[in-house]
Parts: sequence; C-alpha cells; structure tokens
Amino acid sequence: MRFSRTSKALGVMAIAALALTGCGGGGSTAGGSTGGGASKVIIADGSEPQRPLMPADTNEVGGGKVIDLIFAGLVSYDPSGKPVNELAESIEGKDGKNFTIKLKKDQKFTNGEAITAKTFVDSWNFGAAAKNAQLSGSFFESIKGYDEASAEGSKVETMSGLKVVDDLTFTVELKQPESDWPLRLGYSAFVPVPSGALKDPKGFGEKPVGNGPYKLADGGWQHNVQIQLVPNPEYNGPRKAKNAGVTFKIFQNDDAAYQDLLSNNLDILQTIPTSALKNFKSDLGDRTINKPYAGNQTIAIPEYLPEWSGEAGKLRRQALSMAINRDEITKVIFSGARQPAKDFTAPVLDGYSDSIPGSENLKFDAEKAKATWAKADAIQKWDANKTFTIAYNADKGGHKAWVEAVVNQLKNTLGIKVEGKPYATFKEARNDATAGTLTGSIRAGWQADYPSLYNFLGPIYKTGAGSNDARYANPAFDKAISDGLAASSVSEGNKAMNKAQEILLTDLPAIPLWYQVAQGGWSDKVTNVDYGWNGVPLYYNISGK
Amino acid sequence: MATYILKRFLQLIPVFLGATLLVYFLVFSLPGDPIVALFGDKPVNEAVAARLREQYHLDQPFWIQYLLYLKGIFTFDLGQDFSGRPIAAVLGEVFPVTARLAVMALIFEAVFGIIFGLIAGLRKGKFFDGTVLVASLIVIGIPIFVLGFLLQFTIGVQLGWAKPTVSSAATVQDLILPAIVLGLGSFAYVLRLTRTSVIENMNADYVRTATAKGLSRFRVVRVHILRNSLIPVITFLGADLGALMGGAIVTEGIFNVPGVGNRLYRAVTQGEGPTVVSIVTVLVLIYVVSNLLVDLLYAWLDPRIRYDA
Repeated sequence: MRFSRTSKALGVMAIAALALTGCGGGGSTAGGSTGGGASKVIIADGSEPQRPLMPADTNEVGGGKVIDLIFAGLVSYDPSGKPVNELAESIEGKDGKNFTIKLKKDQKFTNGEAITAKTFVDSWNFGAAAKNAQLSGSFFESIKGYDEASAEGSKVETMSGLKVVDDLTFTVELKQPESDWPLRLGYSAFVPVPSGALKDPKGFGEKPVGNGPYKLADGGWQHNVQIQLVPNPEYNGPRKAKNAGVTFKIFQNDDAAYQDLLSNNLDILQTIPTSALKNFKSDLGDRTINKPYAGNQTIAIPEYLPEWSGEAGKLRRQALSMAINRDEITKVIFSGARQPAKDFTAPVLDGYSDSIPGSENLKFDAEKAKATWAKADAIQKWDANKTFTIAYNADKGGHKAWVEAVVNQLKNTLGIKVEGKPYATFKEARNDATAGTLTGSIRAGWQADYPSLYNFLGPIYKTGAGSNDARYANPAFDKAISDGLAASSVSEGNKAMNKAQEILLTDLPAIPLWYQVAQGGWSDKVTNVDYGWNGVPLYYNISGK
Repeated sequence: MATYILKRFLQLIPVFLGATLLVYFLVFSLPGDPIVALFGDKPVNEAVAARLREQYHLDQPFWIQYLLYLKGIFTFDLGQDFSGRPIAAVLGEVFPVTARLAVMALIFEAVFGIIFGLIAGLRKGKFFDGTVLVASLIVIGIPIFVLGFLLQFTIGVQLGWAKPTVSSAATVQDLILPAIVLGLGSFAYVLRLTRTSVIENMNADYVRTATAKGLSRFRVVRVHILRNSLIPVITFLGADLGALMGGAIVTEGIFNVPGVGNRLYRAVTQGEGPTVVSIVTVLVLIYVVSNLLVDLLYAWLDPRIRYDA
C-alpha cells in the first residue's frame, strides 16, 4: 500500500494543523452588546501600553488613555480644558507657593480601600523617589524636597514639601511660586494609587485598581489584543460613564483600524490615518470631528551650531520662519488637519492670543525673508556649500511629506541648500537631540500634559530645561517666565506668559509651524462623541444609538 | 535512522548559539538608546534612566549582556520586556496565533496548489492550464500588501463577508482571509512546481509501463504520477512553514493579527533586545526542525533515499 503512505504524509500535516489550531482560542471576543443607549460597550482604538499600568510610570498615549479612565485625581479637565474638582473639595493657595488641599469625604478605590490625604502623599512620594524609577517622576519636580528624593542612589523617599494635616487635608509647599501649579493636578501622574500598588508596582501594573469612572474588567488586559474596561458603579464624579464599558482594541497600524471603522467593527477611531484624510469625510458623512487640541509642531534650531548663534543666527531664523508658507502646507499636505501657528502654544488654552507682538514673524513674506537673510549675511556670511538639514523620525507620524514641503519652500525663497534628514527611528532622533549632537534643525512636536500656556514654554525654552533641544538660553525670557509663575492669579500669569512669548517670537529658538487638529470618526452605532482639550475622545460620554 | 535524527538535533546547538549571538549583536548595534526613547519628548530623568538601564543590563558591555541572556535561557528565564512582563509569557501568547495562521496558509497553499497544479499538468496546453498559469503569474507579481489591502477592502469592508481585522480571540474563522493572503504567493509557486513536476513524470518510463500494464488512469495518476511529483513540492512546503511564520509581519499588520510579526516589529522599533532575540530564535528553531521533518519525509516518499548515520 504505497499510496497510503502519501496520504499518511498529508494526514500528518492535517493533524498537526488541527493540533495547532485547536490549542489557541480562548479569550472573549471584542464584540460588544447589541443594545442601544447606555447598554452599549464602546469599541475604541488603542495601542499596547509600553510600561505596566502604573500612573506615574505611564507617559505615552496607549497607557495614558486607560489610566485616565480608571483613575480619578484631585481635578479632571472639562472638554475646554478647565479643571473641575473630582476628588478635591478645595485647593487653596494664596501666595502661589503653599497650597492646602482638602479632599471629599468617603472616597474609595474599587477594592474598598479609603482614599485619604495619606494616600495622596504616599502616591506622590512613590512617584518621585528615584528608587522606584517612574517615568513621569519629574512631574513632581516643583514640590519642595523633590531634588533630594529623585537624586540618583538617594536614600530619601519622601518629599519634605508634602504634609498630612488630617485624614482629608494635606499641604503642599513648592520650591518657588508657581501660580499655574493647580492646573497640573489633572495629569495622570498625580492620581492616588492604593497601598498595594506601592508594595508591588509591577503586579499592580498588570491589574490596576483605581477609583475612576471605569475599572479594568476581570482579565481585561489581554496583551497586544485588547483592554476591556467596565463602568465603576461607585464613581460619583463629573465623568460618569454613559455606556456599558469601553474596550480598547489594540492596533499596530491605523489603516487596519480605519477599515474596521468603515465596517462598524470599531466604534470610534481617535485619529484618521493619513492615507484616508482625502476621503474620510465622504466615507463617514457627518460622523467625523475636526477640533484643534493642545499640541503643536515646531522646528527647533540648536544655538550651539555656530551659524545659528548670535545676532546673525537670530535674523536667519526669522528669515526661515517668514519663508515658510504655513497656509499652503496645512491646506495642501494636511487637507486642513493642521492650523497655521500664530504663537508657541495652542489655541484651545486659556490665555491664548493670536496677535502677540512678534507673531508677524510667523507670516509668509518672501521679500522680507530674503531681506532679513541678506541682513544676516552682512554680519556673518552664510557658506553657500553648507546644507541646512531638517531632521525627523521616519518610523511614525508621517513627517516626511511636510518636511519635504518646507524644504522646497526654503530652497525656493532663500536660495540656500536645504535637505530633510530622516532618522530611522524616533529613539535615534531623541538621542541626538538630548545629547546635544544635532548637526542641523530637528522637528519637535509638543503635546501638552496639562492645559496651561506655561507647559508649552517652560519645559522647552527655559535655560537648561529638560526638553530644550535648541539649548536656548535667554535670562530675559527666564525672568518673564518666573514672573508669570509668581503671579497672583492664573489670568495675571497668562499675561506674563504672553510677554515671555514676545521674546521667543523675536529669538525663535524654534520655528512654530502649526497647531494640531484632532480628526477622528465614529461608527453609526454610537452618538454623543466629543474630544477633550488634549485631542482624546471623551470616552465616558459616548453612548449607543 | 535514529543516529541520523540525533545528529541533526545536535546540529541545532551551534545553530541556536549562532542565531542568538548574531541577532543579539544586531539589536545591540541598533542606533539610539531605548531607555531615552521611553521618555518620548519629555525630559529624561537621569536617575530613573540609570535604574532602568541597570534593570535591563543595558549598562553592561555587549558580551556581558549576551552571556547574561544565555544564562537566563538555561535557567528558563528569558527576561522581561519593557512593560515588565516575562518574555516567555509573551512568546506563549503570540506564537500560537501565528502558528495557526501559518499552518492555515500552508494547508491552503498545499491543498489548492497541488490540486490545481495536478489538473493543469495533466491538461498541459489546454485552456485550464493556460488560465491557471497566467493567474498564478499575476499573483506572484503583485506584492502581498496590495493583495492584502485589496481583499480586506472588497471582502471585508464592501461585501462584509468577513471582518476586516481579526477579533481578539483570533479564531480559525477570523484567520481565513489573512491565511489566504499570506499563502497566496506560495500557492502560485506550489501550483507551478506541481505542474512542472507532473508534466515531467507523465513522460517517465514507469508511467508508460504502468499504463501498458493496464492500470486504471486514476491509479496511474494517484500512485505513479502524483506521488513522485510531490518530492520537490514537499521540500518547498517544509521550508515555507518557517518563511510563513517569520514573513507574516505584513499580513499581520494589515489584518491586525496579534501574532509574532506584530510583536517583533514593536520590539525592534523599541530596541527590546531580549524580546527580539527570543522571538527570532524560536523562528530559527522552527525553520530548522521543519527542514528536518522534510528530509525525513523524503525517505518516506521515495524509498530509494536512505539516511545512514
């Protein structure tokens, strides 16, 4: 029976196949309930969190979206970015340096543990202490005692600026006055975590227990596949869930998510992929949103490069800025998914102004650009063989198209050699930027962590600041910023911040290009979709049709 | 035979060491500091970065890192990925999914490739043969991501016969469309290989003898033509299983399959050395073992082949 051997061979393959296919399975499907209104489970797009789901250790969107829904902090932001008390009864501070925080009564984590003043102090100390290596630890840097706790190899694990007064009251002392400090408290690094989290952060990060409008479903985090959240019935803050849960389906690429949206397998897609920008409005009809959020894009030009330093460097940067036609690029390349920048911050913020003196430097004016460039040449001649580069990361974000457009505009207007310089990955680009070894300019995007003008200025342009890729140092700007922080109220502070921006708009350590606009879409199964100040959908507010 | 198999398994040791060393070195040489990248645009807290580097041995020179990794393997500890999860658990999640996908693709290409190839070969020069040849050429010519998007859009979105992406459980049903896309290229090769082989064997002496003996046409085709034609096809399929598993990155991306390719891509872009090495090493081992199985199948299919120690 020689024939049977052949069939055996094929048979073995078939059996192996069955064994392999059989051993998978398990896990529940992403499909939600079919009911309408509040009984609808919202299927949203997400990405796999890079770190365990520990609030102070999460600094990227994939984990951030989840953390924001399963935790509640002292305040949360309403859609316009205004802080609303969530756990806080009151936050008081008259001198901008000492704050007294009172908590609401009877607040609990979903495991029953009570949330007291001590919970907050312990959570914040944990986030700041160097030994815990939390990625967002630097959010506590304004608090007195942070430097001691966060120093490498430090034995100090608490910040001296935090003091528990009674069960529901604690005080915070900052290093120096910062009038906008309370605005930051809605950021996820400031939420309380239960005591178990501090003992076993890694284990906790797998199955976080929070106090927010949602909680993680049992076995809800299926790595690389989905994260299922169900409403927390005990939550009584302003972000009450209006649906039966949110399931973040994890996508590696936006195009797949868009196909899922088109066929109603996905309820909401936060960002329409570049490939679909041309036709998503005809595909989705009125089920789309186009809303600016607190983010912008700039080109940072390091002052440590000789040709970009001093007075000549300043004039050259102004010339570059005036040689870029922002209106054209935002229309042609982005089809309206960006708005031309008029300052260094973002239009959704309280205190924003589109007519700060100096903002004319951000307007396209070819003649003036040429004249300014010539002025710089009179001081220090530009080497005609030199190529000005604009570095960007080619792995994600779709930066190539606009960088090429800017390159061409600069070439045509100024007649100099300009090139885009792609880095294979984001991390390579960041490496050169943080090490100060750039050989030309680099694109820099900033997305605000909390809705404040200062967040767009201080961390990026203050002398020695952590994200100061341009290595910009101007004592007058530093002073204007600290004046703003010491102001008695947020509105006074905003005025001072815009004064500081006047300096920036002349010096242009970075050239503001455009503001980010959230462009998302949703399926015909859901309604009440709106986006927050940070460009993230307000998931708790979405309901079924 | 037993000594032969043992010998082949012993060969796995240098292959394993070589593969891990090479891949570890490649990941090590990737530019950029993965820990700095974890901070994104945010300021890098040096104390935190130093602790993380220490945790992942990134502060050590290459050889120490590699030896620590090897030591981990022999103590059944592959280390952790950046989200703090054991890599062994990650492998346990992604490999079954991709194995399912690859085996389904393999079955698809084997069954349809051999059937179509056999019919085309038997009817050489006829209409069916011509059509199939042209069609297979087109399939080979079009890149897999074009086919993938095309099928996803027409079958998944417009017709709604299948979901455009797989569900969380990645069931067999979900994977049918991705498996077809993944297997399409190889399907065309199997078809052409079978066809050529069948045509060659039809003219062989033993086929003429068998026909002259008065055996039925069916039996001649089944036993004398098909079986002898399968040897090169089996070689191809064996080697293809490894290629399908490793080459599923594009397909997995299009259909959002939570498998090896997706995880590997993320690990490479994040610079997670141990994760990349572990995944690639398992892929290499699968490749080697499936080749061994192919060699053993030869002896089964063709009694003239004998393996002596």
